Formats: sequence, C-alpha cells, structure tokens
Amino acid sequence: MIEVNKQGEVWVFAEQEDGHLSDVPLELLSKGRELADSLNVPLGVMLLGNDIDHLEERLGEHGADKIYKVKHEKLTHYQTTSYTAAICSLIEKFKPQTCLFGATAIGRDLAPTVASKMKCGLTADCTDLQIGTHEDKKKGKTYEGLLYQIRPAFGGNIIATIVNPERWPQMATVREGVMPMSEATKGRKAEVILHDAGIDDLALPVSLNEVVRMAKKVNLKAARIIVAGGAGVGSKENFKLIWDLAHCLGGTAAGSRAAVDLGFIDHDHQVGQTGTTVRPALYIAVGISGAIQHIAGMQESAKILAINSDPKAEIFGVANYGIVGDLNEVVPMLIKAIRGGMSVKTGA
Amino acid sequence: MSFNIVVCVKQVPDTKRITGDAMKEDGTVNRAALPAIFNPEDLNALETALDVRDRFGGNVTVITMGPPAACAVLRDCLQRGADRAILVTDRRAAASDTLATSYILSSAINKLNADLVFCGRQAIDGDTAQVGPQLAEKLDFTLVTYLEELIDLTDGQIRIKRNIGNGWEDVSAKLPALVTVMETANTPRPYAIKRVNKYKKARSIGEVAGEFKKAGIDESQVEVRMNELNEKGLVIDSWDLDYTQADLEWVGMAGSPTKVNRIQSVVLTGGDYEEISATEAGIAKLVGELIEDHTIG
Repeated sequence: MIEVNKQGEVWVFAEQEDGHLSDVPLELLSKGRELADSLNVPLGVMLLGNDIDHLEERLGEHGADKIYKVKHEKLTHYQTTSYTAAICSLIEKFKPQTCLFGATAIGRDLAPTVASKMKCGLTADCTDLQIGTHEDKKKGKTYEGLLYQIRPAFGGNIIATIVNPERWPQMATVREGVMPMSEATKGRKAEVILHDAGIDDLALPVSLNEVVRMAKKVNLKAARIIVAGGAGVGSKENFKLIWDLAHCLGGTAAGSRAAVDLGFIDHDHQVGQTGTTVRPALYIAVGISGAIQHIAGMQESAKILAINSDPKAEIFGVANYGIVGDLNEVVPMLIKAIRGGMSVKTGA
Repeated sequence: MSFNIVVCVKQVPDTKRITGDAMKEDGTVNRAALPAIFNPEDLNALETALDVRDRFGGNVTVITMGPPAACAVLRDCLQRGADRAILVTDRRAAASDTLATSYILSSAINKLNADLVFCGRQAIDGDTAQVGPQLAEKLDFTLVTYLEELIDLTDGQIRIKRNIGNGWEDVSAKLPALVTVMETANTPRPYAIKRVNKYKKARSIGEVAGEFKKAGIDESQVEVRMNELNEKGLVIDSWDLDYTQADLEWVGMAGSPTKVNRIQSVVLTGGDYEEISATEAGIAKLVGELIEDHTIG
C-alpha cells in the first residue's frame, strides 16, 4: 500500500490485446477525466505490452495527460505475474491516488492480484464513480475527496457506495459499456514516461499453449442500459436516433422483431422471445407497441421507460415511466437532458 | 501421484430469490429472510477437485470461513465426496472485506501443504470474483482463473483450458496453483446415498455445543460427544485465528481497507407507473431522477 497522496494522479489501465485497445480503457478515460479534473490532478494511463507504441496517440486523444509505458517481451501476452509486477512497480514509484481497470476477463484477474500485493482496497464492477466525503464516526475522522465506488450488490437489490479512506491507491473495476465514452480530441497529445519495471529476470509460472479468440458479438445480456427501437421508428436512417440515445447513456442499441424484420437493425440486437431476454437496469422502448413476445424478453428490466405516440400501446402496461409523444421530438429532448444532467452532476 | 487438494466454499444468501421482506427499513439486507445456499460456482470447484482426485489420486479438503451455521455447506461437501472439512470461524474475522478474507483463508490453507486450491469463480452475494486471485497472491501460488476444462495434471504442472470471455486459452501452470472454476466447467455429481446418511451426522464443536445448550445437556458432555464423532470420522474441524496464526492487524474490520460509505435499497418497481409530459421540463425531471438513483450516469 501507499500513503494517502492527495497530489496523486488518477490512472486508468490501458487494456490491450495483440496491440488492439479495447473500448473499456477509453470509456474509463472519459470518467477518469472528470475525476481528475474535479481533483485537479493529471490523468494517467498504464500502458503495458510489447507492441504498443502506436496506441499512444489514441490514449492522448481520449483524454490522457500522461502515459506510463512499460514495454517488455514478458508483457507480450497478458500474464498475471508479469503484469502485476509491472503495475505494482509503477504504483510504488509514481504513487497514483486512484487506479481504474475494466472488469474484463483480464481486469478481474489483474486488479485483485495487484490490490492484494499492494494491500489496498478494490471494488468490483462499479456502475458509477464520484468524488465525495466520508465520515468515520467511530474514529471521529472526516476524509475529503475520496473516490466513491458505487456498485449494486446482493443481486442488484442494494446500491453500495464503497470508499478506501486510508490504504491507497483507491482501486475499482468497471464493466464494459457502463461508462459513456466521450469523443476524441484530434491532435491532443499525452506525455510518455517510459518505465523500467525491473522484470528482466522475472520467472513466469504459466505458459501459453494456444489462444483462440472469437469475433466479438454484441452482448445484450450484459448491457446495463438498453435503448430499443420498434417499427414506429420508421426507417433505418431514423434508427440513428436510437443509436445516439444509446451512446449518450453508455448503453446498447436493440430492436424489436418488427424492427429487425424491417432491416432497421441486425438480428444480434433483437430483444424478445425469439431474440435475447434482457434484464438491464434501464430499458428504453422507443416506438415499440409491446407485443407479448417482446414484453417477455424485457419485462424483468429494473426500470422501463416507454416512448410511443399511441397512448393505448401495450408497452405502457409494463412501463414505469411513459412518454406519449412523437419520438422524433422526444428522443432529441431526452438526449439533451441527459447530456445536461450529466455535466451538472460532474461539475464539468 | 497424490495431490493435496483444497476447495474453498461459501454459504451465501440466495440473492436470486429475494422476497419483499429481504430488505430492512434502514436499507440493509435482512439475511434472516433469505434462504442460505451453497454458492453455485463453488459446487463446480468441488466437482473439479473430486474429479482430479479420482483421476490422478490424492485427497480433497474443503474449507469455509463463517459462523457455525456455515457447516451446512461443509456437510454437503462431505456428502458429495470430500475427505475432510474445516470451518474457519472467529468473531474477529467478522466484517472482513475480500482482502482480509483472502488473508484469513491463506493463513488456514498454509497449514495444509496444498498442491492445488480450487475456488468458484465468484460468489453470488457480492459477485466480486476477487477472493480467488487475492488468495493466490497471499499463498504465492500460480493463479489460473476461469477453468473450463482440466486437460492434464502431472507432478509439477497443471494444464487447463480457460474461458477468456471472447474465446479460450490453453495454458500450463506450475504447481502449487490456485484455479478458479466457471459454472460451465462441469455438472456436479449426484449424492451417494451412503455418504448422505453417514455425513448428515458430521458436526463441528460449535454446533455440538449449541445443540447441547439448547437441549439442556451439560457442557462437559461436548468433549465426550466430539470424541465419539472423531472415532467415526464425523468431525468438522473448527479453526480459529489463533490456530491459523493470522496476524490480527490484517483481519476483520481493521484489516479491511474498504469501508461502506452508504447503502441504498433499490426501489423494486412493479405496478407503479408515472406518465412524463413530452416537454423539456418533464423530461429533464425524469432524467434528474434516473441520475439521482444511479440508474444512469
């Protein structure tokens, strides 16, 4: 563990495989940027690997101020031992206050191991991160500017806010698609700091015999927020409204069977009995009348918002919130309100 | 070959069967209202361990940390085929987060000269998947997460097919190793009736003491009863933190770096419906509510 260090930077782990960045670090950079700005500290990334120089540009454009780079052949493929050693070496030298990881297969292997080695706290699968104050009544102490690690627990029945007041760095993992990704700023550059993690003689206890990766498919089941469009959206062009709303929420776009049959969106994205059954935290149904086959696939969503011009549409029967109106007017208003609301919350 | 195999198991509240009274008014979880079950993926870890023993030789010790009631999952393991069961129980271990829990488990497993430790990938009460990797780090064992298939085991090495989400890896890892097991790895074997009947009588000392107290039997009889159970191989070992030689600085509340700042209960919706006016003001209010309750943002 490291001492509490208020000048410490906010760091994001730049997960990459075979020289390809995944989306999670870019999403984390967007959230990390907000956190770093509100703490008035730089935003850094931990970039580990062997063939990684070409990733610097994108990381800078997505908000990183500094790139802490560890380049080594022992980091070519992800290995718990070498990645943990390199990250602990970075943390011990540069003493960041916060380290964020994607809750991916790699992140959920790496982050707990690093936290164990550093003897610091770690909160898994955060759905929100904020900066706030913590009062320890027993100790009679108040801690300012801590990382609020907010996550559902007990099967989603409670929302817990976790803090690590004293043993730093403050560490958290976040699932892919949870944090919205902000747009890149062309030409924005990050300072690169090449670090020697001293792993030349490190023995690796695991050897990789074979790796098989499948093409990535949309994973509706894992989505926390789904924006689904139906026949009422009218055209494939107009379906852009659905994608826009999904993107600004960090959510996933989906469609009813009617929308898929009309060619507005691919079958992979179909929600319903013959598509995927989903239980997101928020399901927004846009221009979907609410056939029972569709409702069967989404009624267990924690919250449902229905937008439809027909006040008698079945979908309102399972909704928690309903907006009766023209989706071409309502959806843009919703996007505007979400962008406005988020910037108020983060103080950006 | 003979391998010392340890399986970590956990008794968890059945979060998939939450009923209305599962949450107390103050927003905390009413554990009493939730049925306690065997954490699902720990059953897959146990099955992997039993399979390793049957294929390659060795013995299987199951271990859990919790109150005496957690012996229910240990009995279940004995009935399914485990050779030995250990309950790590100590009031000073209460309120441990994943780091402190891993440390306590490591202090116990260090006494067992293990070649292999199997854990379920994650437990359904917290879904953190952190204790497995952290326990491997504390034990200084090789970590292999997400076992889908155990391909081979030799004297110094285990070969595993692991599920990496968008595909799989075939890896060889040096022993001693800690392996986390996915639900999709296997189907836990059915109980053998003979073992069920035998091991339903297995008890830890804490359980016997509790049962005797309730029945008004003198405390001095507890030791007599434990000796009887021991002769029949029906003792669930009970270890406290003095026995495991855990450093108390790293256990319980004090040993846990993470603290709870706030708990909010999720308002279970159903039936309630609110119509939002299709105006900027109406929509802004709705978005404000959704941000406030962490649905979005």
